Amino acid sequence: MNKEKYIEDIKDIKDMMNRSSRFISLSGMSGICAGVFSLIGAYLAYETIYSDQEYFEYRWTNLTNESLIILLAIALGVILFSLITGIYFTTRKAQKINQKLWDQHTKKYLINLSIPLISGGILSLILLLEGYGGLIAPLTLIFYGLALVNGSHFTLKETRSLGIMEILLGLLATYFVGYGLIFWAIGFGLLHIIYGAFMYFNNKI
Amino acid sequence: MKNILKDLNKAFENKVRLGIMSALVVNDSLNFNTLKKLLGVTDGNLASHIKSLEKSEYIMVQKEFIDRKPNTKYSATEEGRDALVKHIKAIEQLLK
Repeated sequence: MNKEKYIEDIKDIKDMMNRSSRFISLSGMSGICAGVFSLIGAYLAYETIYSDQEYFEYRWTNLTNESLIILLAIALGVILFSLITGIYFTTRKAQKINQKLWDQHTKKYLINLSIPLISGGILSLILLLEGYGGLIAPLTLIFYGLALVNGSHFTLKETRSLGIMEILLGLLATYFVGYGLIFWAIGFGLLHIIYGAFMYFNNKI
Repeated sequence: MKNILKDLNKAFENKVRLGIMSALVVNDSLNFNTLKKLLGVTDGNLASHIKSLEKSEYIMVQKEFIDRKPNTKYSATEEGRDALVKHIKAIEQLLK
């Protein structure tokens, strides 16, 4: 009777189930980077929208066409930089743990992530153009959370609880519409950094 | 204690066979090369373990052709799934 052998067997079974069915190369580091870029983006957006208002009071926004374009540029910049660093760290992790970056699991993960993400993105864009800018922050948080939960069956399980947190935060932000940017900074900035660090240390990479 | 030992499956005492079953229960099917890469074993080694699992009727073999090249896919049978679940439960009991 050898306890250690069985403990190792259980570990092997879990490891094999994960490796053979999930996209496990997702790096916590990419979460941390996305969080940092989001905070920078939120700061720049803050400067653009609220440059002459009190810090902790209810906010109203007066979006001119010009500031709208700046905001979209900031958002695109955040997405682009997050994607680049995300792909970089994930590629590096895949090499380290000897996994193929692009296989059927990566594909399944991305497809399942994209469905809520793209729907939410298009919806937000339409609302923004129709003048409902205040709903953008809550909606992007909610749809991003739904995307994470939907994709979590195909990747590291931590992303599921991150998704649920984003949804809750988005719902709160819908109630406190004027504080959208703060919720946005917490959801995309802080939560990403916290979960990224957690995933990084939890998975030792 | 005796009951627990009865549920421990001899077929899964080997690491390669345990690995094959673990991978197959969470996938609809996997082909030979994917299994080989996942487990990091040689062709001959994998083939012999697959054969023994096939004999126990824990896995099913499907042969098909992709671009005229043979592609053999393996999947876990209902029996195989049950056997692995029982085995895992038995180990958990033992470790308690």
